[in-house]
Order: sequence, then C-alpha cells, then structure tokens
Amino acid sequence: MTTSPLAPSAANATTPRPRAITIAILAMGGEGGGVLADWIGDLAEHAGYCAQTTSVPGVAQRTGSTIYYVEIFPEEPARAAGRSPVLALMPVPGEVDVVLASELMEAGRAIARGLVTPDRTTLIASTHRVYSMTEKTAIGDGKVDAGKLIEACRAASKTLVQDDFESIADAQRSVISAVLFGALAGSAALPFRREEFEDAVRRGEVGVDSSLAAFAAGFRSATSPAEPKLPKAQPPHRETGPRLRSLADRILRSFPHQCHDILFPGMERLADYQDEAYVADYLDRLDVLRSLDAAHGDGEFRLLREAGRHLALWMSYEDAIRVADLKTRSARFERVQRESRASAAQLVNISEFLHPGLEEISDILPAGFGRWLMNRGWLNNWITKFASRGMILQTTSLRGFLQLYALAGLRRFRRRSLRFQDEHRRIGEWLALFPGVASEDYGLALELAELPRVVKGYGDTHQRGRRSFDEIMRVLPTLRQKDGASAVVRELRDAAMADESGQQFAEALKRLS
Amino acid sequence: MAERFFKKEVQKLYLGHGEEFRGEGILAVTKALLQSGVSYVAGYQGAPISHLMDVLTDANDILNELGVHFEHSASEATAAATLAASVNYPLRGAVTFKSTVGTNVASDALANLASGGVIGGALIIVGEDYGEGSSIMQERSHAFAMKSQMWLLDPRPNLPSIVNAVEQGFALSEATNTPVMLELRIRACHVHGSFIAKDNVRPAFTLKDAIEKPVRDVNRIVLPPGSFLHEEEKIHTRWPAAQRFIQEHRLNEFVAEDAQDFGIILQGGMYNTTIRSLELLGLSDAFGNSAIPLSILNVTYPLVDAEIVRFCAGKRAVLMVEEGQPDFLEQNLNVILRKAGAPARIHGKDMLPMAGEYTPAAVIRGILKFVDTYAPRLIDREHLPTVVRPAEPKPQAIQAAESLVHPRPPSFCTGCPERPIFTAIKLVEREIGPHHMSCDIGCHLFSILPPFNLGATTMGYGLGWAGAAAFNSTQTDKRTLSIMGDGGFWHNGLTSGVGNAVFNKSDSVLVVVDNAYTAATGGQDILSSAAANPIRTTRLSIANAVRGVGVKWVREVTRTYDLARMRDVLKEALITREKGPKVIVAQSECALNRERRVKPLMLKLAKEGKRVVRERFGVDEDTCTGDHSCIRLSGCPSLTVRPNPDPLRQDPVATVIDSCIGCGLCGEVAHAAKLCPSFFRMDIVSNPTGWEGLKSRVRRGVISFLQRRTDRRLAGFAA
Repeated sequence: MTTSPLAPSAANATTPRPRAITIAILAMGGEGGGVLADWIGDLAEHAGYCAQTTSVPGVAQRTGSTIYYVEIFPEEPARAAGRSPVLALMPVPGEVDVVLASELMEAGRAIARGLVTPDRTTLIASTHRVYSMTEKTAIGDGKVDAGKLIEACRAASKTLVQDDFESIADAQRSVISAVLFGALAGSAALPFRREEFEDAVRRGEVGVDSSLAAFAAGFRSATSPAEPKLPKAQPPHRETGPRLRSLADRILRSFPHQCHDILFPGMERLADYQDEAYVADYLDRLDVLRSLDAAHGDGEFRLLREAGRHLALWMSYEDAIRVADLKTRSARFERVQRESRASAAQLVNISEFLHPGLEEISDILPAGFGRWLMNRGWLNNWITKFASRGMILQTTSLRGFLQLYALAGLRRFRRRSLRFQDEHRRIGEWLALFPGVASEDYGLALELAELPRVVKGYGDTHQRGRRSFDEIMRVLPTLRQKDGASAVVRELRDAAMADESGQQFAEALKRLS
Repeated sequence: MAERFFKKEVQKLYLGHGEEFRGEGILAVTKALLQSGVSYVAGYQGAPISHLMDVLTDANDILNELGVHFEHSASEATAAATLAASVNYPLRGAVTFKSTVGTNVASDALANLASGGVIGGALIIVGEDYGEGSSIMQERSHAFAMKSQMWLLDPRPNLPSIVNAVEQGFALSEATNTPVMLELRIRACHVHGSFIAKDNVRPAFTLKDAIEKPVRDVNRIVLPPGSFLHEEEKIHTRWPAAQRFIQEHRLNEFVAEDAQDFGIILQGGMYNTTIRSLELLGLSDAFGNSAIPLSILNVTYPLVDAEIVRFCAGKRAVLMVEEGQPDFLEQNLNVILRKAGAPARIHGKDMLPMAGEYTPAAVIRGILKFVDTYAPRLIDREHLPTVVRPAEPKPQAIQAAESLVHPRPPSFCTGCPERPIFTAIKLVEREIGPHHMSCDIGCHLFSILPPFNLGATTMGYGLGWAGAAAFNSTQTDKRTLSIMGDGGFWHNGLTSGVGNAVFNKSDSVLVVVDNAYTAATGGQDILSSAAANPIRTTRLSIANAVRGVGVKWVREVTRTYDLARMRDVLKEALITREKGPKVIVAQSECALNRERRVKPLMLKLAKEGKRVVRERFGVDEDTCTGDHSCIRLSGCPSLTVRPNPDPLRQDPVATVIDSCIGCGLCGEVAHAAKLCPSFFRMDIVSNPTGWEGLKSRVRRGVISFLQRRTDRRLAGFAA
C-alpha cells in the first residue's frame, strides 16, 4: 500500500479532514443502553453514514455501570477516498461529541472520565438518581448532593440537555432509552431530522408505539428545557386545622419565627399521635428551651429548632399502637393503591410483615403489668418462641384489619403504658441537661439536641441505638470538664450511626478513655 | 437455554454469497466458521464469547443441514480435547472460550494437541477478557501460544478482517499441522459492523467418514519417542512452514512502509486505536492513510523474521505497540534485529505503559513521545488532542463533583435467589460469629462487595471448596464455609471440591448455589438445569451427584427465599456434632432468566382474562425511621431510598420501586432479623373471580366505615 505523507498543519488547521461523530452512552446494565446504541447506529446507516457501535457489557448482571460507544461517519467522503473509515472502539477523553447519561451519577462519571468537554460535548443527562450502594446503606443520610452534580454537568459541557427523563419515561409507561433518544433528536446534536430518528424506532419493531410516545416526550423536554427538579425540603407550612388554632396561636405568640417550620409539623404530628393535650405538653417543655436559647444563643434559635424537632419525634415514638394506627388509615390504603398502579378492574391485597416480640407487647401494657411480664422467665421464653416466627397479617381482610384497628384503639390508654413512662422518663433526663449545658457551652447543647437521632428503627436496631445514646449520656459529665466537648459528641454520634456492628462507636469510645 | 432466543441472529447464518451480513463481531465468527466448512464446534460459555455459543444453540437446524456437530463442553479442557478429532482426520474443528481463564483450564489438552499436531484445521477462538469490563485476572493468551507453539492470530478489529482471520486460520493450521489460536478482544467481540458473506460449505470429509473408517498414527501420540519427534517437527518443519504461509498469503499488512525513517509495529487488534491516535496527532487521515510507516501484525506468533528485518531496514527506530505484559513481542523484536545486525532502535514499553489496557489516551501519549523523538517537525503543536495538551486547572464545580462519583460494580439483580443465601450467612454471623469463607466464580462472588462483604478468596471456577482445603484441622471445631455455583460444580467442582473433601475427610461446609443455569455467562443450560432441553440432558440432581461421591451430610433448600430455613440449615451445618464434609444445595431459579420466562406468560394470561396475581413489596414511609438495616441485609436494586416526606425527619426513607418482582426477601428479612414493621406485600390481582370481587366489596364496606371513624378523630388537625 502507498500513502501521501501529510503536511500536518495543513491537515489540521486550514482544511479540516472529515472525521467521525463520536457518541458515548453511560448507562447501568439493564437500562437499555444497548438498544439506544443500536437505534443510533441504525439511524445513521439509513441516513447515509457508516456506523460502528460497541460496548463492554462484561457480566450478565444488572446494575453495573456500562459504556456503549458509537461512531458514525459520512459515506460520501468515504466513497471519494475509496476506503471505509477506521472507527475507534472506545471514546477518547476530549474527543466526544455527544454523551448520553441515563442517570445523574453516571453523568458525573462521564465528566470524571474526561468524556465531557466544554469545547464540543453535548451532554444529555437524566437528573434522576439511582442511589449507589454507599448512599443506600448509610445509617443516616448518605445521599450525595445532586445539585453539585448538575453544576458540574453545566460546567463541563458545551450544551447541557437535562431533565428527569426517568419519570418522563415512567409517565409514558416506557423505557428511558426511548426518552433519551428523543432528547438526542431534540438536542439537534446529530445531523438528522426527527422523522429519521422515529423511523429508526419503528424499524426496532418492539413496543414501537410506547417508544414513540416516550421519544416525543423526550424531544419536547429537550426543545423546551425545564429547570432541574431537585428534591427540595418542604416549604415551611404555617397553616393548621381548626382544632389546633389555639395551640398554633400559642406558638405564633410565644415562639420565635425561626422555629415555626419545626413546631407546626411537630404540633400536628403529636396531635395525630395522641391528642391536643399531648401537644400542650410538648410546648410546655419547649418553653424552657426557648428561654435558654434566648439567653445563650445567637438569636437564630438553632437549639430550640433542633430540640423541638427531636422532641416531637421522640414523643411520637413508634410503638405497636402507632404502627397499627398508621397501617389502618384510609390515607395509607389510598397511598398503597397508588403505588400498586392497579387499574380499577384489579384488586390489591395488602399483607403486613409483623413480628411482635415480648418487648413490643409489654411496651403497650400498663406499666406495672408490663414490668411483671418482662420478669417472668418462662412466659418470656414462651412468648419469644411464639413471636420469633413473625406473622403475616392481611390488612385488607376483615380479620387482619380488625386486629390492627383494635390495637390502634389502645391509643387512649397509651399514657399508662410501660413504654410511655419509660420514654418520658428518658426525655425528662435529656431535657434536664440543657440548662446547665447551654449556660456553659451552647455548641455542646446543640449536639445534645441532635443526640436522639442515633435512636432509630425497631427491635435490635432500636436497642443498639438506645445503648449508644445511653453511653454518650454516660460520658457526657466527664466530657463537659474538657473543652471541645461538642466536637467529641458529634464524633460519637456519627460513629454510632456509622456501622451495624457498633464497632466504630466502641472504638470512638475507647479513644476517649 | 434460558428463555432467550437468537432466531433473528440465526437467520444471518443462512446468508449466501454476496449478501451483506450485519451484526456483532462474535456472530461474524460464527458465520465464518460455517463458510469455512467446519465439521464440529465446541466450547464453554463466558464473556465475551457467550454469544457464539448461544447462537449456535439456536442454530441446530442449520448445523444439522451442514452436518456440523456442536457441543456445550463440560469445561474448556473438554472443548480443547474435542480438537483431537482433527489429529488423524481432515476435519476442520473450532473451539471457543474465555481467555486466559478458559485457556488455563484447557492448556493440558492444548499442549497435547499442539505436540502431536493436526491434519484437519484446528481453530481455538479465545475471547481475550482484558482491560475495561474484564472480570478476570489481567494476563495474556500470548504466553500459551508461545509455550505450546500454536500460532496466534490477532486480526484488525473489523468484521471483514475477523472473518478473513477465521478462514485463513484454518488454512494456516492445515498448512502447518498446527492448531491456531484466534484472539478477539472484548470490544472486537461486541463490535457491530458488516461484511460480504459467502455460501456455507458442507465439509467434504465428514464425521461419519471418520467414525466409520478409523485410522491411527502412533507418531501423533504424546509418548516417547513421539514426543521428542514432535518437538523437532515444531522447530524444523511447522515453524518455517508457518512463516512461509504468513508471507505468501500476506497475513500481515504494511502501510507507507518507506514514508519515514522510523515506523510503528502493532498488533492487528490495536489497529483502530493506533490509527485514531495518529489521526488525532494529524499523522493519518480517517481512512488509515498513515504518514508513519506501519507494520500490522495480524499474526502475533510467530513473527516472520524476514518481514521484521525488511520493515526495519533503513529505519532509525520502531515503536512496538503491544498491549499487555510481559512484553513478549518487544523482546522477540530485539532478538530478531540483533541477530540480523539491524541498527534500528526498538521502543515500546519505555514510551507506552508496561501494564494496563492500551486506551487511545495511552497510545496517543506513546506515539507523540516517539514521533517527537525522531521527527518533531511532524507534530503540529497548535492542534494537539486534549489528552496531551497541558491540562488547564479544572473548574471547582467539576472537582467537587468528581469526589461524589461512587464506583458502581455489577451486583445481584432484583429478586436474585442468591441474595437470601448471603443474607442468611449475615444472620448466622450475628449469632455464632464470622467464619472463613472461600468463594468461587459466578454471580455469587458479588458477596465480597457491599452490602454483604463476605468471602476471603476465589481460586477459580469450581474451586470454591478446594480453596478451603488447607483449613482441615483437628485442633478446632470451627468450620469453614465455601461457596460454589452450579456452573462451577459441573465444570470441575464435583471432583476438585466435593471428591477432594470426601477423600481427605474434610470437616467443612459447602453451599452449592443451584439457580438452574450458568447464570453469570448469560443463562446457559447445564446438567442440573430445571428446564427440559431438546438437544441436551438436563434435570439431574446435584444432591444425588454429591451423595454419589460419598457425602453423607447433604441438605437441600428448595426455596432460598425462605430465609429462616436457609439460616437454620447453615447454622446446623456449622455447629452440628456430625463430622465430615457437609453440602447444602440452595435452589431457586435465576431471577433474570425467570423473569424472561414468566413475565411474557403472565401478561399473555392476563390479556386472555385469566386470573393473574402480581406480587410486589412496599415500605410505609410514615413508619420507616430511615435506619436502612433492611438495605444492609439485602442490597436489592429495587430496594432503595428517597428523600423523607416528613419535614421533621432528616434521614431518607427506604422505598421499593416498581421494578420489584416480589421475591419476598424484604419481608423475610424483616421477620428473620426482627427489623421493622414497615414492609408490606401488595398482591395485585388481575381478572379476580366473582367471589373474590364480592368478598372485597364487603370488606371495603366495613373497613372504610371504620376508617371514617379514625378520619373523624383526626379531622381538624391538618390544614
């Protein structure tokens, strides 16, 4: 073979040689990235281009990140040259024209790999999140900041086309690949007309109609861009029902506005949990904290806010009564109906997975009897044995519903229950610390207010949380002697929420002594 | 075979002379085999060559028409031994497997085959699972070609070149009485392209002819004196024959050989990446018209000394673009040129990375360094590609995001029946502490990743129990736990693991994960597959096989989702007084394949008005406290988190998304681990019976009456 040695400068600068249009697709296994790649290849081949698609699917399982790569090249110059173009099998950082990301963190991955560059890349990214294992398994909140990822998408790309393409697909009862294909058409990043895209979908032959609908929705989104929909915190709601007016007035009157967005939902929650009197009880306890915060705080009333938040949650601890109450409500039935996506013609039966242990049972018994029960070894074993199996209760059946409904009815006796007295004793001990602590170290008081966060869940998880809480409460007096106590408490709190085994917490405690 | 069919692909195998074939690289190989008049094909599935096996499985009719015998070999060793048919008879045969793992398993047979040599073309198609997306150790098949002196083809990664390599490979094999390896990298296997087909060829000499007129030649058998004769043949006959054939048929290609006084020698498989690198450096156009001389090695073993010397003649230096290590080719070049007294300087791993995949970025850097050294004037510094341009500092926004990107390895699918096995192990750990765990190859190896973090080693396919062989001590009662998949079990685990444990009186525990397919490779059938297979024998019991080799303590768990049972059986195996090897066979069908089978069926029935129940799970957002223990014991893709709807709570709540297939593990975990009452199951009934409808109307009547009472209590609280 012969060749014409090229004068490079001429080659590059003045007359740009024909080059491939490069398209990378970042998806997770099972998301139809392959279908999308095939559509693009087919589209190009029918529009007078050579196309080459490839991928590294690796193993058959779902959920792993996968890159599909497509290159297309106009046939005309190829014909002129009398040779077919040599197309690359993997994307080159900085040399990618279009990147499609089926999920926001995958878009971040494309950026981290240098595939998205401001000089040429059109980034088409779905802003929905499929949370990584790391994010999901955190005991607290492990989610990464989606806003930061979107900022990066903007900073890294030449053109950004972003939307929650997943829910768009969902609304069309279709798949995200079709929506992304539509968004690609809408982005006008490729030299093809909308009809040519749609014909490629038709030639695909599977689920054409729903795919075309999804395609259209994606196209619309790309041509009339929307602001990224990020999970936002609820707007501070200060409205309330007629029966809570007087209590609401009390909040408005005697509590600073900075904490209304906490106290209002707190009030509603506790009324819903028990009754109005219980709310009054809640506010009485907060009066103390308000004056403390006014005296020692910076006027932001952060202590009052956090204590108010956690006190409301603590006072509405999840006992069997609460669970039964919530599970039997009409609102809950409607929510499940929605979630099931059942048509009017379909029936939806709901089965609960419950496992009332001795704890849960004695929790809701009158304190005296409950304690008696806990100290009866034989009965103890018998119930544990019976309960260890766990039960499946069909809430949509009369038998199941009535059992839970009756259980929920015990609400009116809750104040006399063992758990109620126990929790309120603990609450008392917790609140009692604030006057002293706040006066000597406001920061530490803040940490103390956040402390109940470590108590979570049910059964073993709950027990472990309680133990961590007690441990921290135990070391607190000694900590108060040293400075930097608040940092230590935060450290301990994070450690308590770091792992299942409680190992990190144990280590953190050891570091203290 | 799992309910996945390749009828469409199979039709492509019928294409005749002059018709255009469009499809995947590995499928083109399948067509090329038929065009070459192959008599028999065998192999063992595994990425990236599974597709070849899957398509042939569905292509049984056309194979029969052509008189081609196709086998799912029990292992790569079996596949390689199958090539013995070409030793005494002019039969063309091909085998395929994943490399280097498969080649490791096959190497005993391959060495014997290569020693005696063949008269019928013998082709070994290896899927080189190297670089991004690879699931195995990073090694080269090249070493096997060298040690057994089999010829190694590494064609340019486009369909015409690959097809040509198959056809020429058979011819080369026959011309040199040597088995030929055809190496295809992952992306080449999956690349979509086209080539012009030829008619399929029915072999002139058939298996029937061979079976009915057997011949033998003692000199082809590896036993002295034959074995010494073979070595002489390799060196004095086969090797020169190969070099002659390669030259005469121009298997290697040369571009712009005299354009510069330096050049690049590359593996055929690196061609596209090299050309793209040259193009981006302004040293080639998009059609491969390179300004730098190129020597493209479509045959990487043996090298043809004459060609190398010719290409290097009058050149100051050459750059060897050779992916992977050790740098066999670079060493070989040095020997050839030094012997020939050629002055050309040899670069390679000094300018390109010694280890790791040769991405365009790596090759661009290497070539730039090379050209910069020998002809800097050719580099247009105004228009360097991004990867070699001095990097500007990254915008803050991008740096911030990079730290937020978590690795996302593949994991157990939604509803995977293997997940509950590891959940159960977690629960047992909580009770009686951790045990040394030896893993195997298969989906179950994902147990080593979060959220399970279980397993210490994996020594290869089917070697799960063998990997724990040393931990057989009378000084402790504590036992080790080993995992093995059904695929690995039939591949070799029955002997290497179970037989070994019985013979050596091991007192340890093996869990055989029996999901009815070799799931990780795409759901191929094996002896214990639950489905009937018209061309294979299936439905054989693993438990019986295990008893057959003498295991006394055998337990079968026929529904792995039954977490309590799974946990109890595991616990019993680990603490029972009974000594000796213990085997638990944990059975449930691979969810991915089950969905492929069941989902369309359900939809069809529902459409026909039959009563169909779809189960899926849910989490009550208002009772979930956001501690995520359920996720840490499951890791199911359908069980995830979402922002907490409660303004007071800061931590996200668990949620089950619609992809849930209702395997039931969530509920079982909630029970077995006494987690939380938030999980519920929805049974969505399509076309309910009349009686059902009536019953539910009555229920709803009573229930909504009572619910209205609750609503009245709550009325006036919310805004």
